Amino acid sequence: MEKLTYAEEKKEKAFLSASLQRRSFLKYAGAGAASIALLAAGCDKDDEINGVYFGTGDIAILNYAYALEQLEAAFYTQVVATQYASITAMETSYLTDIRDHEIAHREFFKAALGVNAIAALEVNFSSINFNSRDSVLATAKAFEDLGVSAYNGAGFLIQNPEYLTLAGKIVSVEARHAALIRDLISNGTFVGTDVLDGYAMEKSRSPSEVLAIAGAYIKTAINVEGLPTY
Amino acid sequence: MNLLNIIKEIETVDPEFNERISPRRAAIKNITSFGSKIAIAALPMAFATLFKKAYGQQSTADVNAVLNFALTLEYLESEFYAAGTNSTRSALFTTQGQSTAAASALLRIAGDENAHVAFLKSVLGTAAIAKPAFDFTAKGTFPTVFTNYDTFLAVAQAFEDTGVRAYKGQAPSLVGNKVVLTAALNLHSVEARHASHLRQMRRGRATSIAASAMKPWITGTNDTGIGTSVDAIYAGENNVSQSGVTITSIMGVGGNISTNAATEAFDEPLTKAAVLAIVTPFLA
Repeated sequence: MEKLTYAEEKKEKAFLSASLQRRSFLKYAGAGAASIALLAAGCDKDDEINGVYFGTGDIAILNYAYALEQLEAAFYTQVVATQYASITAMETSYLTDIRDHEIAHREFFKAALGVNAIAALEVNFSSINFNSRDSVLATAKAFEDLGVSAYNGAGFLIQNPEYLTLAGKIVSVEARHAALIRDLISNGTFVGTDVLDGYAMEKSRSPSEVLAIAGAYIKTAINVEGLPTY
Repeated sequence: MNLLNIIKEIETVDPEFNERISPRRAAIKNITSFGSKIAIAALPMAFATLFKKAYGQQSTADVNAVLNFALTLEYLESEFYAAGTNSTRSALFTTQGQSTAAASALLRIAGDENAHVAFLKSVLGTAAIAKPAFDFTAKGTFPTVFTNYDTFLAVAQAFEDTGVRAYKGQAPSLVGNKVVLTAALNLHSVEARHASHLRQMRRGRATSIAASAMKPWITGTNDTGIGTSVDAIYAGENNVSQSGVTITSIMGVGGNISTNAATEAFDEPLTKAAVLAIVTPFLA
């Protein structure tokens, strides 16, 4: 009975995310699920866009995390390789640490996913001025806050407790990064109402919401048809 | 057609049905509807099934146990910061070099912990445990906790790093529970943000060589410079193997990921028993 319920739920989620995918995820932001479902009714399998396929269920969620870590690792690798003007020794040291953490996260997911891992994604950082401290730190803040909200929002979609624990091990490190980056921008802004709700709890984001934001930095076409979301 | 089938039909036709019938989405933000999970037992089976989809497979008793465990830690932090930021202590700590920025950061954290307590109490309703009496000297381990600013910051950091590990350890027992797991995760990352800032504050104070080298993330095991009294809080944080992947074998930039970075990149969970052993000395 439980299994049946779970299978149905998965089908339902797959249906929803498939609908989103067919519209191309970059364009659906703001659209209601109901209207998407209607549009999807007129689509068949042949309309699926090509792209790097994330898989389904937990595999899809791990690939989703892997994609975000790829983005962060690529960003900090560039930040450290082409440092902005007047960077301090402490900033270099912190940003290098963060780069290594993100590479560790990225390569961990790649190894853990094995044959199920998506390919390396091509990133688009054309909107970032790597010579500018403001631009780099603002982007770092956006990525870290996004990462925290992404892991928090995807947690309950993970079925395997071991994967959930791993996501938990990573998300608090992302939150430590987020707090540090925010403090570098303006000391004392490690938390704020922009990321917290009225109970001082972090605002989480669904995979759909996250990809609508992160998509601007990913050049490679991706196929998140099987990715659970809500 | 029975009720179950009707609901299934509605779900098939209208995927948003679940969303509307269950207050789960609003519940995460709005405490008044969050409490409705308590009423699950009173619902007909079909509705109970829908609620289980939203709230996961755990029993109310199990969920309440996790929430009360969290509440214990939030009570501890909330009362601790309230005491450390009152006018008397604030004036004293200012004479010991507490900056205006530091004072506001502590007030900010105090406010967050109060909100966390309010949230958990509201969720638990009558099932909420009463606030225990605390001994912030930990039976004499930190005798100057409210008279020495650096001791106060040390204990604050210890609490935050413990909180991060405590929430993390409870996540697997809430698998699939959209409302409660998501709430726990949303509390968890805020504790991590606090921990990050407190570690920077202590680094700035440079009370010891270890403290002056400390980072917002945990390097190895006890990297705090506080002493062996907090070793248990950092036990196991030096793990470099995650799900069979040796992190130090990963190629980074110009060489493998260092042992330090490998331990920093993953925060480790603590069991409830380990957390309670850490917290018990702080209970009066």
